[in-house]
Amino acid sequence: MTVLVAVTQAALVAALLVAAYRPLGDHLWRTLTGERHLAVERAGYRVMRVDPDAEQRWSAYALSLLGFSTVSVLAVYLLARWQDHLPLSSGVAAMDPAGAWNAAVSFTTNTNWQWFSGESAAGHLLQMTGFAVQNFVSAAVGIAVLAALARGFARSGTDGRVGNFWRDLVRVCVRVLLPLSVIGAIVLVSAGVVQNLHAPSELTTLAGGAQHALGGPVASQEVIKELGTNGGGFFNANSAHPLENPNPWTNAFEVLLLLLIPFSLPRAFGRMVGDLRQGRAIALTMATLLTVATGLLTWAELAGPGLAPAAAGAAMEGKETRFGEAASALFAAATTGTSTGAVNSMHDSLTAPGGGVALVGMLLGEVAPGGVGSGLYGMLLLAVVTVFLAGLMVGRTPEYLGKKIGRQEITLVALNVLTMPALVLVGTAVALVVPAGLAGLQEDGPHGLSEALYALASAGNNNGSAFGGLTSGTPFWNTLLGLVMLLARFVPIVLVLALAGRLSSQRTIPAGPGTLPTHTPLFVGLLVTVTLVVVGLTFVPVLSLGPIAESLA
Amino acid sequence: MTTTAPVRRPTVGATSISFARQTLAGLRVLVVLTVLLGLAYPLTVTGVSWLTMRWQANGSLLTADGARTTDPSHAVGSALVGQVTDGPQWFHPRPSVAGDGYDTLASAGSNLGPNNPDLVATITERRASVAAAEGVEPAAVPPDAVTASASGLDPEISPQYARLQVDRVARENGLPRDRVAALVEAHVVGRDLGFLGEPRVNVLRLNLALRTMAP
Repeated sequence: MTVLVAVTQAALVAALLVAAYRPLGDHLWRTLTGERHLAVERAGYRVMRVDPDAEQRWSAYALSLLGFSTVSVLAVYLLARWQDHLPLSSGVAAMDPAGAWNAAVSFTTNTNWQWFSGESAAGHLLQMTGFAVQNFVSAAVGIAVLAALARGFARSGTDGRVGNFWRDLVRVCVRVLLPLSVIGAIVLVSAGVVQNLHAPSELTTLAGGAQHALGGPVASQEVIKELGTNGGGFFNANSAHPLENPNPWTNAFEVLLLLLIPFSLPRAFGRMVGDLRQGRAIALTMATLLTVATGLLTWAELAGPGLAPAAAGAAMEGKETRFGEAASALFAAATTGTSTGAVNSMHDSLTAPGGGVALVGMLLGEVAPGGVGSGLYGMLLLAVVTVFLAGLMVGRTPEYLGKKIGRQEITLVALNVLTMPALVLVGTAVALVVPAGLAGLQEDGPHGLSEALYALASAGNNNGSAFGGLTSGTPFWNTLLGLVMLLARFVPIVLVLALAGRLSSQRTIPAGPGTLPTHTPLFVGLLVTVTLVVVGLTFVPVLSLGPIAESLA
Repeated sequence: MTTTAPVRRPTVGATSISFARQTLAGLRVLVVLTVLLGLAYPLTVTGVSWLTMRWQANGSLLTADGARTTDPSHAVGSALVGQVTDGPQWFHPRPSVAGDGYDTLASAGSNLGPNNPDLVATITERRASVAAAEGVEPAAVPPDAVTASASGLDPEISPQYARLQVDRVARENGLPRDRVAALVEAHVVGRDLGFLGEPRVNVLRLNLALRTMAP
């Protein structure tokens, strides 16, 4: 019965995603390729004094993106440092420099790692004008980079022009994220997600105790937090909080929101490169990996291995009654598979194999389906690796979507694939040898290692979920994780844009008899294998010492 | 989209000038987008919610009579947020590690790992104390009664845990057992659409209904 319920919940979400694939994918395609500007956009461009029609070479595109991200980090940093002087701050204190740095980087990089509790450390104005704005724009940046890469594949023989960053950014916000957020926010309010500007106010409970009624612009933030695969909770308990996620259907709705854009983008990509089958193959690869992860996580939580679940009779520590094990496992798989990092259960209390699957979901590099935009460009790089390997096997020059994968292309891809593991493993090693790093661990033994590895994997993949037992609000952890988040986001972005520029300047070559078809089930199987092999070769040793050792204990 | 413009490699100096220019443009773009996404959007949603769903938007507060209110000073709590009701006459919620228990300013789970010895000890203690309070065998205590929720604010318990408390609550309030049992059954909410989430009982709503029954 429980298994049937678990499968049905997941099937409902999957069916809705399939239904959205075509209309949302086509809408994203029109947004990224349409020639006409909306009147409101044209007015915006005039105020911003940017030219939305100037085609940028990849380097100019990258500079615009980095310039925008730099002011974003600064803006959130200053808002966090001065929030006690802002209106609607209801008595919260300013953040310290390391904490404000971490929060600013975290929200700008679409990670949304939170060392602080939203209800006590972030005023409403910081939440709205700092965090929520970054929820929108960091998601749009991810989609913009993907669009640039798609144009690289689609164009032929340019001088490296890949689009216009400002137009991509503004259009994705105005035409995709904002309308969906308005609808989603109103749906969530109807279920009881709070939406006002009040400070907490005290009330007397039924038994005569004191409690605070909570206020804040929660619903408007909740929806973009999921839709943009951001994940930073308005409240500390994130989507486990009953005022962020009040009942099982809002839970399914939120899972749908966080998978919606990552799973629809392959369709938009397929249209951009002029072959819908290519997009479908990528979407199927993502779906295969996510389905396996969801299945394993659900099995682990329902079976409930471990001493505490055995003592309690079920793995209900850190889970909400309304969700139970199955809906918690579904959310956990979706949030770690999408680089969202929102949680509706406490991941530190997941069973050892369940926590291990969540960890591997991130270590795959957030490509199944990954964050908005970033998941797809990550997966496309793995597709390039796949055709490269296949090309080596048969001794032909590898090509993908009509573009030759030569030495320089594969170098950019390889650097990209290596960036995340280097950051995660070096970061974990640093944390485990520095006393200030070890001081943050709550648990001894393998679970302690898992806490550190999970934190670095989360930061290094711009996910943001945590094994919350880790005390991360210290200058050491805030600085380390801030650096890792920053590099993990922008090093790959610059490399992807460089690749996009090179591809855009190449002439498209017609497919010949030696071309490996990249839309077939065979290719999907190869791509799944390559994804797993890359993560396996890199992370099996450290996973053995953490969750695997713990599962076997 | 082919273009014939010559390829010019910018020098390092040109790049840094260009970066400064792009950063300034970024600032203007961020300001405009902040007005749209950080002010206009949340305030519009707030306004629409205030006009059409005022009770939900203000935290789903209930008065002692079980009526809806938007004024915290008239409320005994939120229908969506658990609270401490630890007297023997009340139905009890799940264990909570939010502050000293159900502190809405400190929502949190324990975050203790699945093999943590302290957690195992705590669960064993909770099982013994719930069993003693309800006068049942320790093995009869359901999982949600001995585990802390994710938020620390879980408003609900399993139907099993609610049923387990019927004897004590009936006795302490001087009510017939079958009336209290019927009250619990009337408050059991099934899975949404029959397959989403888990069956559950809202503790505050149950206690409010109990109060109107008590002699």
